[in-house]
Amino acid sequence: MISGLTVSERHLALFVLGALALTGLAMAVAGRGDPLAVHGYIVLVFSVGLGFAVLSALFDPEPPESRLSEYYDDPTRAGIILSLAWAVAGMFVGVWVAALLAWPELTFVDSAWASFGRLRPVHTSGVIFGFGGNALIATSFHVLQRTCRARLPGQFAPWFVLIGYNLFCLIAATGYLMGMTQSKEYAEPEWYADLWLVVVWVVYFLIYIRTLQRRKEPHIYVANWYYMAFILVVAVLHIVNNLAVPVSFGHAKSYSLFSGVQDAMTQWWYGHNAVAFFLTAGFLGMMYYYLPKRAERPIFSYRLSIISFWGITFMYMWAGAHHLHYTALPQWVQTLGMTFSIVLLVPSWASAGNALATLNGAWHKVRDDATLRFMMVAAVFYGLSTFEGSFMAIRAVNSLSHYTDWTVGHVHAGALGWVAMITFGSLYALVPWMWKQERMYSPKLIELHFWLALAGTVVYVFAMWNSGIIQGLMWRTYNDSGTLAYSFIDSLVAMHPYYIARAFGGLLFLCGAVVCAFNVWMTIRMARRARAAEPAGDVPLYGKAGAAPAGE
Amino acid sequence: MKEFFHRKLERNAIGFVLAIVGVASIGGLVEIAPLFTIHETVEEAPDMRLYTPLELAGRNLYIREGCYACHSQMIRTLRDEVERYGPYSLAVESKYDHPMLWGSKRTGPDLARLGGKYSDAWHVAHLVNPRDVVPESVMPRYGWLKRNALRIDDLGAHLAAQRAVGVPYTDAMIENATADARAQANPDDAGASGVSERYGEATNVRAFDGNPGLLTEMDALVAYLQIVGQLTQAAQQQTATAE
Repeated sequence: MISGLTVSERHLALFVLGALALTGLAMAVAGRGDPLAVHGYIVLVFSVGLGFAVLSALFDPEPPESRLSEYYDDPTRAGIILSLAWAVAGMFVGVWVAALLAWPELTFVDSAWASFGRLRPVHTSGVIFGFGGNALIATSFHVLQRTCRARLPGQFAPWFVLIGYNLFCLIAATGYLMGMTQSKEYAEPEWYADLWLVVVWVVYFLIYIRTLQRRKEPHIYVANWYYMAFILVVAVLHIVNNLAVPVSFGHAKSYSLFSGVQDAMTQWWYGHNAVAFFLTAGFLGMMYYYLPKRAERPIFSYRLSIISFWGITFMYMWAGAHHLHYTALPQWVQTLGMTFSIVLLVPSWASAGNALATLNGAWHKVRDDATLRFMMVAAVFYGLSTFEGSFMAIRAVNSLSHYTDWTVGHVHAGALGWVAMITFGSLYALVPWMWKQERMYSPKLIELHFWLALAGTVVYVFAMWNSGIIQGLMWRTYNDSGTLAYSFIDSLVAMHPYYIARAFGGLLFLCGAVVCAFNVWMTIRMARRARAAEPAGDVPLYGKAGAAPAGE
Repeated sequence: MKEFFHRKLERNAIGFVLAIVGVASIGGLVEIAPLFTIHETVEEAPDMRLYTPLELAGRNLYIREGCYACHSQMIRTLRDEVERYGPYSLAVESKYDHPMLWGSKRTGPDLARLGGKYSDAWHVAHLVNPRDVVPESVMPRYGWLKRNALRIDDLGAHLAAQRAVGVPYTDAMIENATADARAQANPDDAGASGVSERYGEATNVRAFDGNPGLLTEMDALVAYLQIVGQLTQAAQQQTATAE
């Protein structure tokens, strides 16, 4: 992989890693006595370790010119592997915290890092940013090059984005275990991690725009609209919601620039649009490429694509206020939030309908091919959970559903049913292309994964619907004498069976992810064996053969 | 016509980028910017006091342990919520909360009116092992809070950062932050009167964890939990007037 970089790119990598190592050292020195120092050492070890890897290949010969006539897919291959590693880790923590809600003494150790409050963000960030984010980066580089018919402009920048992003995820996850959090949901990492992500994101945007400018196709393909919206709007959201003043440069802790009601509105403007532009726009980009490719059918309607894209880009940004119904947020903002949330169903269903109509004429493939079925079910769940979302944004419905497990169920219908399913479908399509194989190692295991994932999602969502609605009803039930019928703890006791069911549903989904990781791993091994079996003279020899599993 | 326009737009990468940013910015500008300029957004509360350094440290522990993930601090304007938890929350109550801790989920009950509801001893016992006082509870144990000494040497810097984001801490408060934190958890401390002087007579000054000799994280968290919803009586007064 490293020998695929040109010599000057290797020098650049060493320079950047050196600067990063110095930053880590500075953090370690300035943050003495503060958890910040631990992150300083992590950054230091991370960059020195990578530095040695680069040094070991520093004097390899230049990669041949012929590379310029091929797409650059090394970062995509590495991104797929990282994505699956985060999936297994993040979902494992998810099952663990789900079990803790059913059996709170399951912690085993009376240690701070193992308590629910610190593990929960490891789960949410692990799956959203670790699994989802890596999958988005990996697929976006692949889709971008194919739909532009242009190679990525350089070889260093994509690696910087991928590795820099994973450093952010690592800092985030280890920080939570040490209790470092801004307490803003899905924006928990502290100020220095946020600043680092801005740097990574700017480079990501530059790669995207430069490749678009080099495209050989006159039009920018729909998938790229969505990936662009994902990159741009996430940048805006991230910067505004994370504005904060650190206690000092030696402290991990910072205080949010906004307070109270303004902070709440900014946070849910961010929170809801992290769903919109990270978990929806990005993955719609994925869907608009891999679904028609796998089905071998063109997108059903170009006009529907335009309507849904601009509808989503415009209207989602208004919807965040529905997280704050009946709170101290002024009513006019709540009403605007509710209104736009309901209208949002139009572009959402336009997308879901466009995807399903694309499958017309290919339904026999959906029946036979579990990979395509993953994508089809994802589109169905996308339609279902956007309907549910618009429904829950109605003030009267929200008075029941808010603060309950129904919200958790809704999020997981989207996250498991839509985001994870479209990702798994896309990865099963992409992995054989990336490792130049006819097919995945085992189609049967894809089939098994499909049913595990679907069963897990359905069990999870039904458990949370039940618990959430029961909870909401118990909290507002009055007895004949006009007083509240149930204490809070009554409602908690009623949740127990559903919490067990939820943990079981999550476990099924986790098992599916493990099966997927195994299948991908075996496909990579299959590719390596096939390469080893080829006559040596048939392969262009540059760099060290087999330097890395994802090598050219 | 529209299609023609869009076909042109999608041939121009920079134009597309600008269009996305423009279209996506409108919602936030319309909904968020006025919250800073319309005065009715946040009520007046002349009796509002600031968090003491010890309470602020406790609040930071509340954040550190992720309490906000299961406990909201926002009572909605619904009859059953007001009857279960108390007067509904006003915007002014979290005026000095950087960040706010309104929460989004009630795995446990809302805490907006927790201050003064239980004794310190109850809180300590509950945090050490929730199931000792509420057998059905699924809350984690927080035994380490009682074992860990509280870090107070940098509280002045914390207050200064709070001032930088708009909380009106005075120079005297910032200078005495460390001493005030120590004194608030130890009524026999020479500086105890200074705490009441700077933060108001109603400030709780006592050994929150039951041990005046040692300043622990438990002291700070309990001090914070006892003040949640008590910084101003505006919400209680509003309900009283309405009735």
